[in-house]
Amino acid sequence: MIPVHTPAPAASLSEQAFVRFAREVAKFPADGKQSAVMACLTIVQEELGFVSAESEKIVADYLGMAPIAVHEVTTFYNMYNQRPVGKYKLNVCTNLPCQLRDGAKALKHLEHKLGISMGESTADGLFTLQQSECLGACADSPVMLVNDLTMCSFMSNDKLDQLIDGLTSAEAK
Amino acid sequence: QFAATGVQTCFHGRHINPQILADLDGNNWRLKDYEARGGYQALRKILAQGDGQGMTPDQVIAEVKAGSLRGRGGAGFPTGLKWSFMPRQFPGQKYLVCNSDEGEPGTCKDRDIMQYNPHSVIEGMAIAAYAMGISVGYNYIHGEIFATYQRFEEALDEARAAGLLGDKILGSAFTFQLHASHGFGAYICGEETALLESLEGKKGQPRFKPPFPASFGLYGKPTTINNTETFAAVPWIIRNGGQAYLECGKPNNGGTKIYSVSGDVELPGNYEVPMGTPFSTLLELAGGVRKGRTLKAVIPGGSSAPVLPASIMMECTMDYDSIAKAGSMLGSGAVIVMDDSRCMVESLKRLSYFYMHESCGQCTPCREGTGWLWRMVDRIHKGQGRQTDLDLLNSVADNIQGRTICALGDAAAMPVRAMIKHFRHEFEAMIKPKTLSASPAPVQASLQA
Ligand SMILES: NC(=O)C1=CN([C@@H]2O[C@H](COP(=O)(O)OP(=O)(O)OC[C@H]3O[C@@H](n4cnc5c(N)ncnc54)[C@H](O)[C@@H]3O)[C@@H](O)[C@H]2O)C=CC1
Ligand SMILES: Cc1cc2nc3c(=O)[nH]c(=O)nc-3n(C[C@H](O)[C@H](O)[C@H](O)COP(=O)(O)O)c2cc1C
Ligand code: SF4
Ligand code: FES
Repeated sequence: MIPVHTPAPAASLSEQAFVRFAREVAKFPADGKQSAVMACLTIVQEELGFVSAESEKIVADYLGMAPIAVHEVTTFYNMYNQRPVGKYKLNVCTNLPCQLRDGAKALKHLEHKLGISMGESTADGLFTLQQSECLGACADSPVMLVNDLTMCSFMSNDKLDQLIDGLTSAEAK
Repeated sequence: QFAATGVQTCFHGRHINPQILADLDGNNWRLKDYEARGGYQALRKILAQGDGQGMTPDQVIAEVKAGSLRGRGGAGFPTGLKWSFMPRQFPGQKYLVCNSDEGEPGTCKDRDIMQYNPHSVIEGMAIAAYAMGISVGYNYIHGEIFATYQRFEEALDEARAAGLLGDKILGSAFTFQLHASHGFGAYICGEETALLESLEGKKGQPRFKPPFPASFGLYGKPTTINNTETFAAVPWIIRNGGQAYLECGKPNNGGTKIYSVSGDVELPGNYEVPMGTPFSTLLELAGGVRKGRTLKAVIPGGSSAPVLPASIMMECTMDYDSIAKAGSMLGSGAVIVMDDSRCMVESLKRLSYFYMHESCGQCTPCREGTGWLWRMVDRIHKGQGRQTDLDLLNSVADNIQGRTICALGDAAAMPVRAMIKHFRHEFEAMIKPKTLSASPAPVQASLQA
């Protein structure tokens, strides 16, 4: 795997993140703070791009959990990045229903276009490409999830090119 | 620009008597639109608001039972019966949970329900909470559909602001707090007890059942879990009566069901049709088999359901009983269509990989067995299969099925057995020639049976 740029080590959570943490914790009973752990880690990932051991510690302290209990969560769920990824994480579904509608082809096309294999990141640190399991959007195949938040549907090769070229040129500016 | 608009998947007008997806256009998901469609009238009715006479919790449950609503999450368990299991007089906290962790390959109906008609789920949950005397609920939403999670949060805010959720709903004595929560990429969290673990902030590893969540659920408290579509069906039942709901479907299979049709059809998407609709009709609604090809096989209920060859499938009606009789299951209603160009070995290989990847690792038969199954199917697909592999595949599947904590083990085993049962010749064809040329040993007669 080609290494990607590590963000500045000093990256830390914004005040806004803690406001959002509090909102999540409020959903649960007072002795059930731990229930907010997934949401908090998601907020961390949204802000910092991945979940580091330091971030886990912050979340653990905030929720009154053991850091190892937070780490167990980070490692169990597929969408948490345990190390830095490219600026754009592309997850293409290749499960059977999508495979029948060019999901695997879309992944191949991206591998070719980006010049990397699935699981890798581009040298400029812009893109990380991954295969994923069912995204729950099977009728829209080929589908791709960008940075955990944005679902792109009906991604023909043309649309994939458009998206990648668009992101690349926006980055160059 | 690249996002789904729903035009293709559910605003196509090719439903039959739709209840949940009726009159949606993508922009009318807000509270005022839902109310214009008759929304929240069922809640008002049971709380004796407006013209409503009020209904007791028992009456609500009786209507749901009369409608023969069965769990849309896959197991088809009678919803009214499940609701009646909740200890009504339990002194402590009880919980209501909506299972929106839709991760079964092929299934994308819950997303459209929450994206385009979120208040139907909220109203359904409020009615359920009233019927079981529950004051707190959570909707656990698949992490991959984050935009839908945000939409649902917005809908919750609207409902709270209108006094439809929260303390003393609509001025009655009924209080119900509902929150949204989300997963982050683990198929197993759709299993109800894994979901509860996850909701408690832990790894999503299933618990032994029994005890069922009805007696030991979230934080160890009595909990009712239903699928998104199950809840979304409830307001219609209360508005129109259980009898009308039952009549819309067929005996023991009330109402409509949303099928996610994917794979080799012209128009993949979600189709809401009455229970008992012939499969051939559903296939027609979805535009028929793609590119004028012919139908080879169908997985009728999500990837965990055993595959059925075209000849059997074309005789089925789409309801729990008919599909079960044909040897498969209706499951989550994900209809995966495969045409005559498809290789069954390759298809099974992808599914086996999925179950290996998603096994939570608690039970040895599942953890080791799913990997073993995948490795065998993979080598057959690569032309390196061994003569004994088909028997071994069946035997490994047998040894997983029924020996695990949750049904993921069964879900991994059942497709293997069905594929070999119905398409054995394809597997044999991939094994034979290579083996003959690779080894001088004669083909054993027993393996040709
Ligand atoms: N929608 C989806 O994405 C997926 C759906 N599935 C489906 O899930 C199904 C298996 O689900 P399970 O929850 O393991 O089925 P199950 O048969 O154990 O339970 C069904 C429901 O009935 C309740 N129940 C059953 N017996 C009960 C009793 N005696 N007392 C109280 N409550 C009782 C359970 O708590 C559960 O809510 C499969 O048939 C499969 O089709 C599987 C994978 C994904
Ligand atoms: C591996 C596995 C995954 C499951 N995934 C889901 C799911 O994503 N959504 C769902 O509603 N039920 C799922 N189920 C079924 C639930 O355990 C449970 O039966 C269902 O949520 C009950 O709701 P219902 O009675 O309304 O169907 C799954 C079951 C298993 C074994
Ligand atoms: S059957 Fe598989 S997924 Fe289910 S509890 Fe056991 S190891 Fe986990
Ligand atoms: S199988 Fe690809 S999104 Fe469901």
